[in-house]
Amino acid sequence: MSVEPILSVENLSVRIAGLHILQGVSFDVAPTGVTVLLGRNGVGKTTTLRAIVGLTPRNGEVRGTIRMGAQSLLARPTHRLVRGGLGYVPEDRCVFAGLTVAENLRLAERRGTTPAYDKVFALFPELDRRGRQRAGSLSGGQQQMLAIGRVLLNDNRLLLVDEPTKGLAPKVVTEVAEVLERVAESVPVLLVEQNLAVVRRLAKDAVVLSAGRVAWTGNAQDLLLETALTKSLLGVGSGEVPASARSESGLRAPQSRAKDGAA
Amino acid sequence: MTEVKSPEVPAPPAAVPDELTPGHARWHGLRPYLPLLALVVAVILPYSTVNLPGVFEGPLNSPGTLQLLAICLVFGGLAAGYDLLFGRTGMLSFGHALFFAVGVYGTAILVTKVGLPLWQAALFTVVGGTILAALLGAVALRTVGIAFAMVTLAFAQVGAILVARNFGGLTGGEEGLTLDVSGLPSALVGVANTVNLYWLALAYLALVVFVVHRVSMSPTGRVLAGLRDDERRIGVLGLDPYRFKLVAFTLAGGLASAGGVVYSLLVGASPHVTSSELTLSLLVMVVLGGPGTRWGPVLGGILYMYLDHRLTAFGSSDAVNSLPAFLSHPLSQPLFVLGTVFILAVYFFPGGLASLRTRLHPLLTTLSRRP
Amino acid sequence: MNTVILLTLTGLGLAALYFLVASGLSLVFGLADVLNFAHGLFLGVGAYATWWAAGNLPGAGPDGFGFVLAVAFGVLAGTVVAVLVELVLIRPLYSRTIEQVLVTVGLSLAGVALLQATWGADARPFDRPAWTREVTSILGAKVSNALLLLIIAAVLVLGGLLAFLRFTRYGLVIRAGVENREMVTALGIDVRKAFTLVFAIGGAAAALAGALGGVYFGTVSPGQGGSLLIFAFIVVVIGGMGSVVGSAYAAVVVGLLQQFVNYYGTTGLGDLCVVGLLAVVLLLRPQGLAGKVATA
Ligand SMILES: Nc1ncnc2c1ncn2[C@@H]1O[C@H](COP(=O)(O)OP(=O)(O)O)[C@@H](O)[C@H]1O
Ligand SMILES: [Mg+2]
Repeated sequence: MSVEPILSVENLSVRIAGLHILQGVSFDVAPTGVTVLLGRNGVGKTTTLRAIVGLTPRNGEVRGTIRMGAQSLLARPTHRLVRGGLGYVPEDRCVFAGLTVAENLRLAERRGTTPAYDKVFALFPELDRRGRQRAGSLSGGQQQMLAIGRVLLNDNRLLLVDEPTKGLAPKVVTEVAEVLERVAESVPVLLVEQNLAVVRRLAKDAVVLSAGRVAWTGNAQDLLLETALTKSLLGVGSGEVPASARSESGLRAPQSRAKDGAA
Repeated sequence: MTEVKSPEVPAPPAAVPDELTPGHARWHGLRPYLPLLALVVAVILPYSTVNLPGVFEGPLNSPGTLQLLAICLVFGGLAAGYDLLFGRTGMLSFGHALFFAVGVYGTAILVTKVGLPLWQAALFTVVGGTILAALLGAVALRTVGIAFAMVTLAFAQVGAILVARNFGGLTGGEEGLTLDVSGLPSALVGVANTVNLYWLALAYLALVVFVVHRVSMSPTGRVLAGLRDDERRIGVLGLDPYRFKLVAFTLAGGLASAGGVVYSLLVGASPHVTSSELTLSLLVMVVLGGPGTRWGPVLGGILYMYLDHRLTAFGSSDAVNSLPAFLSHPLSQPLFVLGTVFILAVYFFPGGLASLRTRLHPLLTTLSRRP
Repeated sequence: MNTVILLTLTGLGLAALYFLVASGLSLVFGLADVLNFAHGLFLGVGAYATWWAAGNLPGAGPDGFGFVLAVAFGVLAGTVVAVLVELVLIRPLYSRTIEQVLVTVGLSLAGVALLQATWGADARPFDRPAWTREVTSILGAKVSNALLLLIIAAVLVLGGLLAFLRFTRYGLVIRAGVENREMVTALGIDVRKAFTLVFAIGGAAAALAGALGGVYFGTVSPGQGGSLLIFAFIVVVIGGMGSVVGSAYAAVVVGLLQQFVNYYGTTGLGDLCVVGLLAVVLLLRPQGLAGKVATA
């Protein structure tokens, strides 16, 4: 890579409750565009993103180095990292169901900066209209918009977005992808995404995790062209995204059984 | 190790086999018999007339000392039983004193008010306590973690209310109940027979240690340990955490009511045994001793009760009274001292007394290796 | 009829006490996952500090404005103790739930013993304004003013707390944190500041309960907090942990149930009914009347 990466992860190792989930993961995130983090269910993509924002559970242990520019991220509290320009959109959206949409957004406001409501409402006019509605009563797509909008209120140096299209209807998937495409024009994104159509549309670089390690890095479009490779790494062909691959439950159960056998 | 040829290079200490350090070998050979040895010493202790001034008020075989020791033993057993919940299964119950209180009051009421012979009273009490534990556990275990703690606390409060309100004059309210000695075997009555109660308490302790040990070594015990470490994993294995927890809860409840029977013979029934304070002290005993270990909770229970009794004497001693008031007043409160020690232990001594050995081990090996 | 009104009002008075203790307990638990056994200590500190101030603090006294000052001093003392407990003892054990509970257990034992060491184990008479010893006639029932004071105070605290939670930034952070603490930090907010804040709020409310409870009962004793605490725990579980409104409803239900059954049944039966109610709620609705699921 000719340019300095915005984020570089080196030899990241995470143990949770005695399980060695990430075993020395290293990759870089380019300073522009979307870098996609791929891998089968339960391989540790979410764990990677959470380790980057410092959200490892108490029974977890993180080793290695994570750098944003010259700055080391490990061992810094999450709220500091986020205020330093690391935006995190978690898996399953995690909007505050009991609060209104407006309150969810207000929570993300920061002292000393002007929140970019214009930008957010331009992307998601829906959020403006539904300001007084409880976030828990929004549809899945609207909740995802809220989760992304919340992060876009502030300036970010890097966005971490975890499976934003999970469980959404095809039409909404396209909408979310469009938004991410526009967002990625101004801020680099590290995206976890299972929907290969979305990957094809957005991703510039790809990092593939397998068995706790990085199995492949390079140009995302190249990866998608190699059907056999994609299939072996992700368990799906790059041509289509079968419904079975998107159902979480179908893949999780054998995964966790294998894990318990090993433990 | 074969490449270490030059005599100037000392072999690393860790490479010295155990057999080469004679003290070590003897120690290792003896270790399995230490509990037995301790038991034998405890059994013959009442034949000793040794005086330990400062430690006990009278000689070892005096009734006062034996009574104190017996109380300590009962609480050692009680703490070991409680550890089946807290240390070995990870359940934070604040209601354990309830089952102890059932044992205490059940015996006292059945002997004194109903007039049953002791063995029947004891049997009914322990069976009743076990059933009660099963029933309450079935409800309380629908919650987990902190909510479970609160619910068990509330159930224990029922016991406290029942005893305090003295329904039908059964419990004696504030005064408590003293056992009607006419219904008791003569070997358990009178100051001269305190030694028999001491042996009974010792037998109770041995029973609890044995049962807890057997359970934790059994397949069930391994599931319980799994629940403590990560409940979800047990669920994934297709085992029902609820049932296993209920078994542990019921067993611990039964053991506690058996302890209550012994305590009732020793001291009689007083409303203090129903207080939430007692449950909290059980937790203190286990944590001080070392949760999840075989001897930690026993030691914790014994030591706690000993200190609880002796600190009162210590608090009114001249040494403390001569201190300025801001020191002497708090120091005369055993619970102040114990509570503070407990907080410090949580911070600085997470493994409790039982971790002392591993902590001191490096020190001991260094000392024993000195020529 | 008079009896019913009187029982209702005494029940509400009891509910007021429960609410003052439970609301803080519930917020502390809902936000920080801390089951605070030392909460009864805050109540004791409030009661003793008020009692001490009424006798010793310049300007404070058992009557008029002096009494307001004494209560304010008691509330301040409770708040300070609560904040210190959070900063010094709870915070270093952040997210180690069991250890935190253990520390508060140790603190409740040691703290009550310390109160006892300082002021003796026996109840002390509480100097209170003369008017609180008089009665007001409400719909024919003669009700003690101290009781009315307690009820009014609890209603004001409830209103204030709800307004605080709804209209302030910190209130928003607390509500969000009760729902998902981790996500609050992921939005760049230091949620631990909110922990200190809920401890302060809880300490203040409990201390107020101690002071006004002292006025109502006419005495203070070291163990007072402990027995109230258990019923406050029940209120918290029934109301749903982390929900102030839930605590208020549950406190009213528990207080009235206790008073009425204790009066029409036998003494003590009401207390048992409350525990029975707890069991029923847990079986039917483990998450409490409102609030997050207790079984998770
Ligand atoms: N808190 C936790 N406790 C135990 N295991 C966990 C925890 N979080 C994640 N894991 C395990 O770590 C592995 C990786 O999970 P995750 O990062 O969520 O995978 P992905 O996002 O790639 O689907 C899974 O096997 C999961 O079961
Ligand atoms: Mg994931």
